[in-house]
Amino acid sequence: MGKHVICRLEELPPGSSRRVDIEGREIAVFNDEGRLAALGNRCPHEGAELCHGLIRQFFAAEGAGEYEGTGKRMLRCPWHGWEFDLSTGQSYVDPARVRVRAFDVDVAPGEGLSEGPYKIDVYQIATEEDYVVLTI
Amino acid sequence: MSTLTIDQPKQDLRIAGLGAVDCDVHPRLPMRADLMPYLSDYWQDMFPYRAIDRMELVGYPVGTQPFNRPDCEGGNKDVSALAKAHLDPLDLSGAILNVVSGAQGFYDPYLQAAACEATNRWIAAEWLDRDPRLRASLLVPFRHPEAAVEEIRRYRDDKRFVQVLAMGMGEEPLGRRTFWPIYDAAVENGFSLCVHGGSVFRHAPTQSGWPSSLTEEMVHWSQAAANSVASLLSEGVLTRHPELKVVMAESGVSWLFATIWRLCKEWRGIRLEVPWLKESPEIVIERQIRMTTAPLDAPPGGPEEMAALMACTGSSDQLLFATDFPHDHGGDLGVWPKELPQDWAADVARNNVIATYPRLEL
Repeated sequence: MGKHVICRLEELPPGSSRRVDIEGREIAVFNDEGRLAALGNRCPHEGAELCHGLIRQFFAAEGAGEYEGTGKRMLRCPWHGWEFDLSTGQSYVDPARVRVRAFDVDVAPGEGLSEGPYKIDVYQIATEEDYVVLTI
Repeated sequence: MSTLTIDQPKQDLRIAGLGAVDCDVHPRLPMRADLMPYLSDYWQDMFPYRAIDRMELVGYPVGTQPFNRPDCEGGNKDVSALAKAHLDPLDLSGAILNVVSGAQGFYDPYLQAAACEATNRWIAAEWLDRDPRLRASLLVPFRHPEAAVEEIRRYRDDKRFVQVLAMGMGEEPLGRRTFWPIYDAAVENGFSLCVHGGSVFRHAPTQSGWPSSLTEEMVHWSQAAANSVASLLSEGVLTRHPELKVVMAESGVSWLFATIWRLCKEWRGIRLEVPWLKESPEIVIERQIRMTTAPLDAPPGGPEEMAALMACTGSSDQLLFATDFPHDHGGDLGVWPKELPQDWAADVARNNVIATYPRLEL
């Protein structure tokens, strides 16, 4: 377990996603309208890369034709459309058996990142910038 | 029901003694003369004037020999013949009469309503009034949903009519909103829904045109059952009425597994099309879909394989005993079907039936 600096925040603007490989894991990191989220990158169904999936709200309906946006953010797998809760990785269609792992991901200011527990493989840290930090 | 004794006793199990309810029995189709007393003055004029008499469906010509058991000849011509040929020998505690006729096939919505209503009155007066073991399906005009609703309400207190009859290949896929008032009225009054094999020929029974033979036609009954389940599920009827039981009659059994498998697979991916479907289809289907046991497209390996099949579709609670009398599917009608585990008999022949029909009072 450790904290990893993934990229500069400006490299992951709102609406974008990227795949990172850390400690042998593939992880999909998303910037959903300014909120960061990270899930295991492979769909448990047939292994599609979730970093290419769409993030949309969850639509419910009480009766036929009564579509209602709930605001809850869901990731749709790019291959077969299975929906996963963006914050927990839980599958909607088979919550008991199917989930992808969710990871903590945050923004941290460059100041102080060179110290402490952070693992920085690639980046020269500039104190005036923000960075995306993944906990694994 | 998934754990059961696989060792099948060598001895036949007789139907008599089970207190069985036969969920699919066909009385003869009423002719014009039968219905005349139950028609309004307008239709009493029109039926002879328009030469309406023998109301059989193209897909099931009733006189066709291969369809009728030689030992049942005339056994469905009236109540006493039916009792002698079928109710008594099997010691049935109940039998549900299904009139699958052209009454529901007329294009004229008012004629369809008149024919359905007259048939119901004929069934009540000529059959149900004469043998306390008999029950029936209510015919309603799917061409005229308002009249269908009125007919259902008219029979609210006559609990001998236990279900509303629909054909597997009817006006439109059965889940369409056009028909919702019918289902709402049915549920409001405790009726179940029976989807019986057969077509009113609004559309070709295959997806690519018209079959040449009855042999082909029969194949499509099972496919129509699958289509009907998919429609009732996807359009939201089953989830709108979670208490509604839908009985797929004379359509076989094994098709349900493939139907469930595909519905579940697709729902996982394209749930967004039908967000009102909040439960995985197999849950809804196990709760609400039932099937009659004649004809029985059972696996060839006997009861053990039948048990495995039903474990795939949900459970044996979905099966309702039926003979499809007087139609010929082979075998001795008086004996429990050899494909079905004998220790299912009490449930399939009776308990499941009681659980399926809230209106059934035995």
